[in-house]
Amino acid sequence: MSELKKYKELALGGNIEKSGTAVEFKTGDWRSSKPVYHPENCIQCLFCWVYCPDSSVTLKDGQVTGFNLDHCKGCGICAHECPGKKKVKAITMVEEVK
Amino acid sequence: MQKIILAKTGNEAMALAMKQINPDVVAAYPITPATEIVQIFSQYVADGEVKTEFVAVESEHSAMSACIGSCAAGARTMTGTSSQGLALMYEMIYIAAGLRLPIVMADVNRALAAPINIHCDHSDTMGCRDAGWIHIFSENAQEAYDSMIQAMRIAEHKDVRLPVMVTTDGFIISHGMERIDTLSDADVQSFIGKYDPMMHLLDIKKPFTVGAINLTDYYFEHRRAMVDAQNNALKVIKEVGAEFGKKFDTNYGLIEKYQLDDAEVAIVALGSTCGTAKVVIDKLRKQGVKAGLLKIRVFRPFPAEEIARALENIKTVAVLDRSDSIGSFGGPVFTEVRSALYGSAKKPQIAGVVYGLGGREIDMEQIEGLFMDLKAGKIKADSVSYLGVRD
Repeated sequence: MSELKKYKELALGGNIEKSGTAVEFKTGDWRSSKPVYHPENCIQCLFCWVYCPDSSVTLKDGQVTGFNLDHCKGCGICAHECPGKKKVKAITMVEEVK
Repeated sequence: MQKIILAKTGNEAMALAMKQINPDVVAAYPITPATEIVQIFSQYVADGEVKTEFVAVESEHSAMSACIGSCAAGARTMTGTSSQGLALMYEMIYIAAGLRLPIVMADVNRALAAPINIHCDHSDTMGCRDAGWIHIFSENAQEAYDSMIQAMRIAEHKDVRLPVMVTTDGFIISHGMERIDTLSDADVQSFIGKYDPMMHLLDIKKPFTVGAINLTDYYFEHRRAMVDAQNNALKVIKEVGAEFGKKFDTNYGLIEKYQLDDAEVAIVALGSTCGTAKVVIDKLRKQGVKAGLLKIRVFRPFPAEEIARALENIKTVAVLDRSDSIGSFGGPVFTEVRSALYGSAKKPQIAGVVYGLGGREIDMEQIEGLFMDLKAGKIKADSVSYLGVRD
């Protein structure tokens, strides 16, 4: 987050005066477990990308590359939906440790 | 400028002001005694006399919600309500103010249930006095009409940008017919000017978010900004009132002093009771009693300094409250006036008098009796009494 503004510097009524700002607001920090990607087991079906409620599965050229952990809430839907390769999951959930 | 003299009830006067303002959107739900305001206005819409989009909603909560939506979208927006209807708007009242939307509301003051009552007291609007709305009381239909027109300018002023409620006393003003001076449509339009919404949601070139969450990091700052806007309104209301006076011969300020400067005993009141008090004061003055009145026209922002200055040389003052803050030490007007005086070197003996709840009659004899009791020292300073209740 950028530095907090003083009250006189704020937009009227708390308006957010541009679009696409949610990306600046990191919402992944209340996660208790996180997804781990195992590319060797991935068949690039993109089910994880479709099902992720936070658009946190990152792609490059239509291929899964991993997760945006600034916004992933750790719900585990990606891991649940992942068919894996020969039933071995390409996404597993591990507990978040500091 | 030519004034047109008409016979109008308070509700008719407010509806006429709304017609001449010709807002883009009115969303409202009928409620006694404010029903006629939107009923008459909806007839103007049906007859094509205004270009307003009239949204007939299913509750007052929806009325204020629709007003918030339309105002955020960039439309000049108005509504009208009373009592339980205002109470049903309560949640959205805070949102309208917090989002800094210049909505103007006609509220006809009426008691809150229970027991159910349809008559006048100020409990309804006093209940949302802390929401951030500007709060203007009217002594009569003329003031209601004039204040509605000024309210649009005050709400939309760039240093204010807060919603405004203009109130009348239920039935006493809303249904009592008076002679009023009205302005031409063109004069009203030129006074209020064209609405500049600054930012609006229908502006597709500048997308923005309204109503985002503010947690511990920003909520406090936004509420603090509203305090500044209310303070700015003190000046803006006076400027708009003076400009109205210059153009249309009737000046409006935050307070009005009636025979107050040399008064020994005075009352402080809001709304229609001030008219009755003026007649009593005229009578008492002829008898050599130095009686005076301080009328508070604008309750939010509370003109504390002006009130303290106006009362500093009076010996004894009774503050009349047409609502009670049950469990508090006196009604809201009394506690605030007394608080405003606390830091003054010179201050009067001051007592609170709650009266007229649920439309209980306040007549000239009672007000005269009050003045005489004040004069005779029968009303103890720093006490709260109840005038006109059977005890």
